[in-house]
Amino acid sequence: MKKVWIRYCACFALLAALLVVLLVWNVRAGSVDFTWGEIIAALLHPTGEGIIWGIRLPRVLAAAILGGALSVSGFLLQTFFANPIAGPFVLGISSGAKLTVSLVMVFLLGRGATAGSLTLIAAAFAGSMLSMGFILLLSRRVKRMSMLVISGVMIGYICSAITDFVVTFADDSNIVNLHNWSLGSFSGTSWDNIRIISLVVFVSLAFTFLLSKPIGAYQMGEVYARNMGVNIRRFRVELILLSSVLSACVTAFAGPISFVGIAAPHLIKGLFRTARPIVMIPACFLGGAAFCLGCDLIARTAFAPTDMSISSVTAVFGAPIVIYLMVSRKGGRMKEES
Amino acid sequence: MREIYLRTEDLSVGYNGRPLIREIRLELGRGEIMTLIGPNGAGKSTILKSIIRQLELVGGVVSLDGRDMAKLSERDVARRMSVLMTGQIHPELMTCEDVAATGRYPYTGRLGILTREDRQIVAQCLALVHASDLADRDFSRISDGQRQRVLLARALCQEPEVLVLDEPTSFLDIRHKLELLAILKDMVRQKQLAVVMSLHELDLAQKISDYVVCIRGDAVERQGPPEEIFTADYMMELYGAARGSYNALFGSLELEAARGEPEVFVIGGGGAGIPVYRRLQRQGIPFAAGVLHENDLDFPVAQALSVRVIPEKPFQSVGEAAFQEAAAVMARCRRVVCPLADFGPMNEKNRLLRQAAEQAGKLETL
Repeated sequence: MKKVWIRYCACFALLAALLVVLLVWNVRAGSVDFTWGEIIAALLHPTGEGIIWGIRLPRVLAAAILGGALSVSGFLLQTFFANPIAGPFVLGISSGAKLTVSLVMVFLLGRGATAGSLTLIAAAFAGSMLSMGFILLLSRRVKRMSMLVISGVMIGYICSAITDFVVTFADDSNIVNLHNWSLGSFSGTSWDNIRIISLVVFVSLAFTFLLSKPIGAYQMGEVYARNMGVNIRRFRVELILLSSVLSACVTAFAGPISFVGIAAPHLIKGLFRTARPIVMIPACFLGGAAFCLGCDLIARTAFAPTDMSISSVTAVFGAPIVIYLMVSRKGGRMKEES
Repeated sequence: MREIYLRTEDLSVGYNGRPLIREIRLELGRGEIMTLIGPNGAGKSTILKSIIRQLELVGGVVSLDGRDMAKLSERDVARRMSVLMTGQIHPELMTCEDVAATGRYPYTGRLGILTREDRQIVAQCLALVHASDLADRDFSRISDGQRQRVLLARALCQEPEVLVLDEPTSFLDIRHKLELLAILKDMVRQKQLAVVMSLHELDLAQKISDYVVCIRGDAVERQGPPEEIFTADYMMELYGAARGSYNALFGSLELEAARGEPEVFVIGGGGAGIPVYRRLQRQGIPFAAGVLHENDLDFPVAQALSVRVIPEKPFQSVGEAAFQEAAAVMARCRRVVCPLADFGPMNEKNRLLRQAAEQAGKLETL
């Protein structure tokens, strides 16, 4: 038993170190070069302005927190559907959020107003729940997980098509912004955004962590979880709400980001060699944060000064993992009890 | 004094509010094993799922220790009742110890961290099912038999008063079936558990149960101690089986006999005839058997498989009447098989039969 916990501690230390390195590296890298000395000096003297405090740091923090949120959201969905290839992006939940957010944005921009952080989150949450509801309805009829994923991808396409349609009719001046956002990007995050993001994500995360006991029971299947004393109906609602809030928060600020929700939990499971929620929830957060920081670093620097969309980078690293999971699980098994 | 632990009163079970089986009245005491039997799809699992609250009751009450289960909290039920169901589970990256430890759920705190005491109980339960050596093995990489034992340990970790098992022996080979049921029997005796389960294997159900419940159609057709339930006629009726037969004493099944005029006469006795009967039955050759004492080992099998048996009363020497009858039947058969080598005073007449067959040139070996 002790040996296992030593492993967990070592892995956490490794993740934390990786995260710090990536954070600093992200702050330093970019079109304007800073020396290490300048960076440390700047970090020690918060001003809220300039390239480091005004642009890079908020973006880096957004990438870290939202990446972590996405990864935890994916872990929750994987638990819910008892399958490793479930995630907010492949199930069309991110795209649902994207649709409602762009509708709200276009509507408000058309009236000369800008959408506040909370409005965006609320819109994204509504869209997430819409897609989620649809997926839940389908999951009663579709037995194979791979079919459910295909349905999710189709929902994603429908939502994207409508989003494109809406964007086409938006005012010219707004299209650029909206277009960037709808592809997925951490750029343009403000400190105000960061405050709201942290609040929503960390509160949800705390609730999720408190659910780690029933999540562990649910991993044994619904029948056993119920027998252990889990109130299944309430638990399922809690799980859906939390995973939707987390992924909605991401979509509201950074647009749909692909595959992090599957790739990060999978890598973390392999690293820790456990699926125990009490370990997985914080570890997935750290892992997702590191994954997104790494991907954002590539997105910003690979073809500098042009930013790539974050989703293109996460897809390059994440999609192969999804394919691997699908092949090694023979299309995935749904939980056996119906 | 029998203490009733689990009781159902006018229970109706089914799906979506539509009753499938009505008026189920069961009483299960501590230290007893109750087994549900009946044809596939009769609703054994539906009853069990309703008892464990996986399905909503259509009507009636299930009570534990005199308290209505519907009024107990999830945790209260979890501390009294644990289950082992048929669906395979695929927990990721869990050792057998981890799986068994999930049974401690109703006793741990908010985050489910195990105390030293919890760990001791887990270790004890694994030892009880002879799975201590599996503790550190990956649950997804052990055999079906081992998996059932670990899941039984999980159920025991919950420290239940009543254990619900849905076909615990399916997917297991003979050795593991016997092992699992032996462990179960020990548990029941040691911990005075009440057990309710469904079983496919009639022979095992007959031997392990204190009480048997037969489910057919939309009702509990019969219930009672195994002596009353396991009769040859009723078993065939319960399962609607028209072909073959059921031996109530041994709980064994025999296939349908070949029909027609007997072609072969078998002189058997003391168990020597059984392999011959089986072989003839397999080949579809109708045969007659004799002369067999009614308490002979061969007798029930011969009765099930032959066209005709010439019997003699127990503990009597084979008499003239039986001998004449056998000789007459033998005369009409083309072949005679006699797996017996030695004869005694009781079956002296069988030796004469054999002699007669030899003289007629009909005696063959299979």
